[in-house]
Formats: sequence, C-alpha cells, structure tokens
Amino acid sequence: MKMFADYDQIMERISLQNLWDFPGGVHPTQKKSLSNQTDIQRIDLPSVVHIPVKQHIGVNGELIVKEGDTVKKGQPLTTSENSFAVPVHASTSGTVVAISDHVAAHPSGLSELTVTIECDGKDSEYEYTPMSDYAQRSKGEIIQAICAAGISGMGGAGFPTHLKANNVKPIEFLIINGIECEPYITSDDRLMREHAWQIRQGIDILCHLLQPKQVLIAIEDNKPEAFETMSIACQQEDNYHVVKVPTKYPAGGEKQLIQVLTSREVPSDGLPVDIGCLMYNVGTCYAIADAVIEGKPLIERVVTITGEAVDAPQNVWARIGTPIKHLLAQAQYHSEKQSYPRIIMGGPMMGFTLSSVQIPVVKITNCILVPAAKELPLVEDERACIRCSACADACPASLLPQQMFWHSKAKEYEKAQEYNLFDCIECGACAYVCPSEIPLVHYYRKAKADIRQQQLEKEKSEKARVRFEARKDRLQREKEAREEKHRLAAEARKQSLNKDGGAAKDKIAAALARAKAKKAKQQAQLKDKPSSDE
Amino acid sequence: MSKLSVGSSPHHHNQRDTGAVMRLVMYACIPGILMQTWFFGVGVLIQIALCMVTAVVTEALIVELRKKNTERVIKDSSAALAGLLLGISIPPLAPWWIAVIGSFFAIALVKQVYGGLGFNMFNPAMAAYIMLLISFPVQMTAWLPPVSLTEQSFTFIDALNTVFTGFTTDGYSIEQLRVGYDGLSMATPLDHLKTQLIEGYTVGEALSSPIMSGNWGLGWTPVALAYLAGGLLLLKLRVINWHIPVSMIGAAMATSFVLFAADSSVYGSPAFHLINGSLIVGAFFIATDPVSAATTNRGRLIFGAAIGFWIIVIRTWGNYPDAVAFAVVLMNMAVPLIDYYTRPRTYGHKAKTSSIHNNEEP
Repeated sequence: MKMFADYDQIMERISLQNLWDFPGGVHPTQKKSLSNQTDIQRIDLPSVVHIPVKQHIGVNGELIVKEGDTVKKGQPLTTSENSFAVPVHASTSGTVVAISDHVAAHPSGLSELTVTIECDGKDSEYEYTPMSDYAQRSKGEIIQAICAAGISGMGGAGFPTHLKANNVKPIEFLIINGIECEPYITSDDRLMREHAWQIRQGIDILCHLLQPKQVLIAIEDNKPEAFETMSIACQQEDNYHVVKVPTKYPAGGEKQLIQVLTSREVPSDGLPVDIGCLMYNVGTCYAIADAVIEGKPLIERVVTITGEAVDAPQNVWARIGTPIKHLLAQAQYHSEKQSYPRIIMGGPMMGFTLSSVQIPVVKITNCILVPAAKELPLVEDERACIRCSACADACPASLLPQQMFWHSKAKEYEKAQEYNLFDCIECGACAYVCPSEIPLVHYYRKAKADIRQQQLEKEKSEKARVRFEARKDRLQREKEAREEKHRLAAEARKQSLNKDGGAAKDKIAAALARAKAKKAKQQAQLKDKPSSDE
Repeated sequence: MSKLSVGSSPHHHNQRDTGAVMRLVMYACIPGILMQTWFFGVGVLIQIALCMVTAVVTEALIVELRKKNTERVIKDSSAALAGLLLGISIPPLAPWWIAVIGSFFAIALVKQVYGGLGFNMFNPAMAAYIMLLISFPVQMTAWLPPVSLTEQSFTFIDALNTVFTGFTTDGYSIEQLRVGYDGLSMATPLDHLKTQLIEGYTVGEALSSPIMSGNWGLGWTPVALAYLAGGLLLLKLRVINWHIPVSMIGAAMATSFVLFAADSSVYGSPAFHLINGSLIVGAFFIATDPVSAATTNRGRLIFGAAIGFWIIVIRTWGNYPDAVAFAVVLMNMAVPLIDYYTRPRTYGHKAKTSSIHNNEEP
C-alpha cells in the first residue's frame, strides 16, 4: 500500500500549488454564471414556514412548543437532551398553527413531523446570549453554544456540527470546504465573496476548539473572486492557507478533497480524523460565528435559485422553513418553460427532485434548480450496457460501476458488496458519462437500501429467534419444574402411605370386622324377634 | 400546478450516447476506407455496403422477433459498425454471398443469440471473419494486388459484376485479375511472405517482390497509416482508451523483435508486421470493441498485450497468413478472468495483495 504523504511534504506541495489529484471525475458544464452575478438578496417573509423537527443526521429533539403558542424569531422549538439531537428554531415570529406531518425535503417525498408557523410579519427577535469573549470560555461552553444554535453540516451531509467539533484526536489539517463543485450552485461562492470576514471568524472559533496545525481553505479555481476575498480575510494568520483547487467534479466530496490536498485516503471503515483531517463547509463556519459571537441560532441560509426556467436566477437569504413556492415566485419561475414541471433541490449531479412546492427550505438546502425544457433532458431511455467502462474511468473512488450495476440489477447483493458497493459516494459521475444513459446511481441506492433492509430483517429475525428460543427454554423449564413438583408430591403421598401403611390396613380390617359384626348382630335379632320394634 | 415529475440523480448527462460513440468509430474509419478503395478498387465499398445492409436488416428482423423496440436498437448503430468492420476485412471482389453469410452470422449468431448488444462474448465481426475464413478459404484469401499493379483497367461496373457474377464485364475471372506483371498470382504481403518462406526463400528474397517496397507492402502501407490516423482521432476524442492499442502494438513489436533478432532470415521484422496485415486497424478499431474487451485499465493492458503476442505467434507458425481475428477471439474468452483479477484498489481500501510487511506500516 502506498505510503501517504507526511505533514511537511504536504505543506511543501501546497506552498508550490502542486496538489495531488483524485482518479476519474468529470467536467460538466458549469452554468454558475447564471446565478452568481448579483449579491445575495433579502427577500420578503413567507406567510407560513414549515420547520421539520429533524433536519440532521441523528435523532429528534424534544418538542417544547404546542399548537397556538406564539413564538419569536430564533426561539427554540425543540431541546436536545441527547447529544445526537440538534434543536430547531422558529425562523420568524408568529403563531404555531400546526404540529403535524408535512411533506419533507427528502428524495422519498414522505412526510415527517413539522412545526408550521403562521408568520405575523413583525419578525420580532428572541433574546440571544452572545459570547464575544469565546477565547476565554471553556470548550464545553462553546460546543454547547454551537449545539444550541442547531448547526449541522451545511454542505449537504447534515452531521451535527458540535459532535464533530468535540474532537479529542490530534488534527493536522482543518480543511474548510469552499469547493462547491456541483454545477449551477453558487451559494457558497456568494457567501465567500460577501462574508469572508465572518467565515474567517467561524474558522477562528474552530481553531480555538480543535487546535489544528494548519488550516486549508480550499476553493475551486473557477471562483477567483471568492479566492481573492478569502485570501484577504485570512492573510494575517500564518497557518491559514487559501488553496486553489483545479475544477473537477466531485472535487468537493470530503474524501476527494482530502485526497487532493494531502494525498491521504480516509480508510473505508474510518473517519477523516483518523488521518489527521477534519472538514467543515464555509456555510457551517459562517453559522458557527453567528452562533458563538452573536448567540444567534441557524434560522436562515443562502439558497441559489437557478435554472433557465426562472427569469431572475439569484442567491437569497432564505429562512429555514420557507416553502419552495415562495422562492420560485421570487426568482420568477415559469413552469411553461419546462416540458414537464421539475424542481430539483440541490445540484444537477446529486440533487433530488421535489414532489411538491410546499416542501420547505431546510438546513442542508443549498440550491433550487428549475431547468428549462432542453436544459437537463429527462433520461428515460435506458439502453443496454456496452461494457465500455467509461463509468470506471469517471469514478472518483476507483470502483467498477459497471460490475456493481450488473450485480445490483441481478440482486446479487453479496457480489455487489464484494465490489465495494458501500464505498460509492453517489456522486453521479458514472451515470453522467454512461453512453447508454443507465441511471447507475439509482441501481446502487436501491441495492444499498435492499441490503440495509435485509440486514435489519436479519437482525430482527435473529432477535425473534433468540426470543423464541428463550421462550421455548422457559416453557421447557416450567414443564420440567411442574413435573418435578408432581413427582415429588406423588412420592410424598406414596411415602406417607408406606410409612403408616400397617396401621391403616389394621384400621380398614377393623372397620370391616366391625361392619361384619354389626350385620351379623342385626340378622340374629331379626331371627330372634320378627317384630321390627326394638 | 400540474404534478411534478420526479427522477433519480444525476439529472445532468453528457450528450454522447451509444449511437454517437458507434458513429464516431465509423467516421474514424473513413480515411482508411478511402485509402483502401484507392488502392484496391471500388470493390471495397461494395463489400462494406453489402455487409452493413445485411447486418442492419438481420438486426432489425431479430429484434422484431424478440419483440423489442426496433427503432431504438437500430439507432445505436452497433450493427452497422459490425457490418462495416467485417466489410473492410473481406477481399474486395469476393462473391456477394460471402458478405451476406458473414454479416448474418455476425449479428444473428454471435450477437443476438447471446442477448444482443452488450451481452455477446465475442467480437461479432471477427468471429464472422473466422467463420468465413475457415469455411471459404479460397474466396477469403483472394486479395487483389494494388490497383497500380494490375494489368486490366477496372471500373465500378466491373467490380459490381465480379462481386455478383464472378466475372468482369470483359469476362475476366477473379483469378485472372490477380495475375500481376510477372504472370504470377499475387497475394497480400503476409500471404506472400508465408508462401515464400515455405518454398525455402529467405525474408530478404521474399521482400524483393513487386508487391513490396522493402518492408512496406505497396498499397498496404498507406492504408495502415490512414487507419492509424483514424485511430489517433478516436483516442483524441476519448472514444477509446490508449491501453489496448498501445499494449497490443507494443507486444506485437516486442515479440517480432525477439524473433527477428534471433534469425532475420526466417522471421519478418517488427516494421514488416506493423505495416502489413491488419495489426493497426485491429489495435484501434477491433480489439477496442468495448463489449468484448477487458474493462479495467490493467486488464486492458493485459488483454491488448496478449493479442499482440498471439498475432505474431499465429502469423509465424499458424496456417493462416493473418491472425488478428484469431488472437482477438481467443482473448475475448479470457476477458472475464482478466477482469476479475485486475480489479483496481478502491479508495480507502488496502491493496488486495497487501503483505504482512505493508500491514506493519500505518
């Protein structure tokens, strides 16, 4: 196995701007200039916001509001007792009109528990507790503030930020991900251009918590303005390096970016921290600065609204919970520009289609993409695989997508796993290049879901088996105990019979003799005296 | 608002589909075909047309029988490409039924019986070529000398007549057409060398034939170079990967060099093997057929190198003059094995062959 580069080698390569590369990758048309030409816009408040109770990887927080309550902007709606629970907050002031299932921002289009707030338009603010002197505070206090602000990874994964920040292993590289490699999306680009200083403050806080040897702020070379502003914002710190990364999709994938910057690979069954790296998205850094310095929870984020079916593509500050419909109206969406109505949350490579315009913006929503008729043609013409392996050439994880496809399609899941199906990051590069237009990622997702389901069922049936056997054992034990009891009782009876056996026999004999004697006496009397009166 | 349509990511797709790939390969054949026509007559075009039409008609009929979407299958152009590749391999004035039988065999038996595009184990054009060569050796080896060396002038009508009746309009048979200046029947350079060697001549003596100019077969050299140009275009357009052409030509050169260095009087030189016969067209257009070739990069290197090696071995010691088809079909059979043992190391995994020594180092 190839040895990974050590710290000094990495720093030398970075200072020379001579980075590593990851295998495969694709170069789809960028289309970023559609939406990155104007400042991030402040938009009108929606009339209602739908705030899902769970917007991160982990478990729900405990609800602390009920229907009819009035809430203020920034007021927590849930608490987090469990460390895997991240609270959610009211993103504007108003009245809680419903706590019920609402269609979720998830590929499944299923519903989940959501707090619906009717906005009063006043946007009156909850009282926050700022912590501008964070450098004097304990790590625990800062991490508590980050957790209370409801921050989870804003690059797309949604992992609770406070858990990642509560790290005890040594960190060589704190990597700030400003790559934004998906076509169309420009929310991080605009955020870096306009709020580089606050992102830098967020990085400062992370450095205080994590004490990394080096901070690498990685920006794709198609964002020169963002590179410029971030460089200026970070120029005073010697150990902050803003690094230009060659544009290639998916350079922004966590594993790929680590590989490009350090040549190291996250072990298949490990975490970045195992190889001395930790990564945060620029949007997360911005939110951390808000949370710690201002005490302000995560209630809004930058969302790109783009695609050729909107007249005014742009970036906006969207309150969490804003229905997509409200954003589309803001960007002047024309459904007649599409041959079939289609709305994508996220980018064209990894985003998912929405089943309703009532779906809300959540913490991981970075883009709403509405392509025009011929912009991103719907692929429904899957043809036979010609084994060309263009997919393998494009795969950033060096998988064999073609073989995984054959086995996934044939439901030969063991073989699919032999080809490391679960190392697939679902970036879509394989399906992007496939000349037969096979929706490869779809097959992998289905296979993964089936395998997980099978494992669950296996565990369930294993549990059931254990339960069944325990019951069988218990019944058997009870039966044996019962039999033993009966046996003992019978024995006791027999024994007691045996013990005073002679006496009893005598008694019976005596009784019989008495009865006999009595009978004989009666008969004798009858003979002597025929009259019945005695 | 009407119901929103849902679909699976990615929603973005590059515009090169299977049909486009197949058509690009056909376009890249054009320089070679033009050169071949220039030196060997319009018969080349007639054979290509016969093969392509038969291949496409056969494909359409069978797909219709299998109740699949015929239009979609024909649009992928894979049958047309198989026909084209068989067409350029058939001698220009071979009788029409050679092309028809070969193309039918390629599509019906080698491709569709296995399940159609993507499922065939063997390269259809090459399997059909082998079938034809074994079944009809006389017709399949009746290559004409380059046009510049023939005595008779030759028109399109002559070619058509010969293909369909066996005789030109003036009544010459194909055997008469093959006779050169010196009254001897002429053959391809590979054929020529083989016959001459069997008759006891040395390579040097064999190469002093009118069909040769040193190592360079007349007519065959520019044809090979034209196919090379087309092949390089395919590489540039990323229709094919470099692995197979490079390893195949490299291995053929290495093998022939070893033999040539051992005894240059009985073994052809690397240059002779490179230019004559179908090594170049095979390396760029035939062995790179995605369906029947190895699919991993290391696998492609092994696959190509083995083909190159077998080509020289079969050319040297086999019964037939050229060997590309045999070598390709032979290695097609080894593809599943090669693929299985050349899987790349996945990101974040240790190499499959990691030893104890490696495990000691973090």
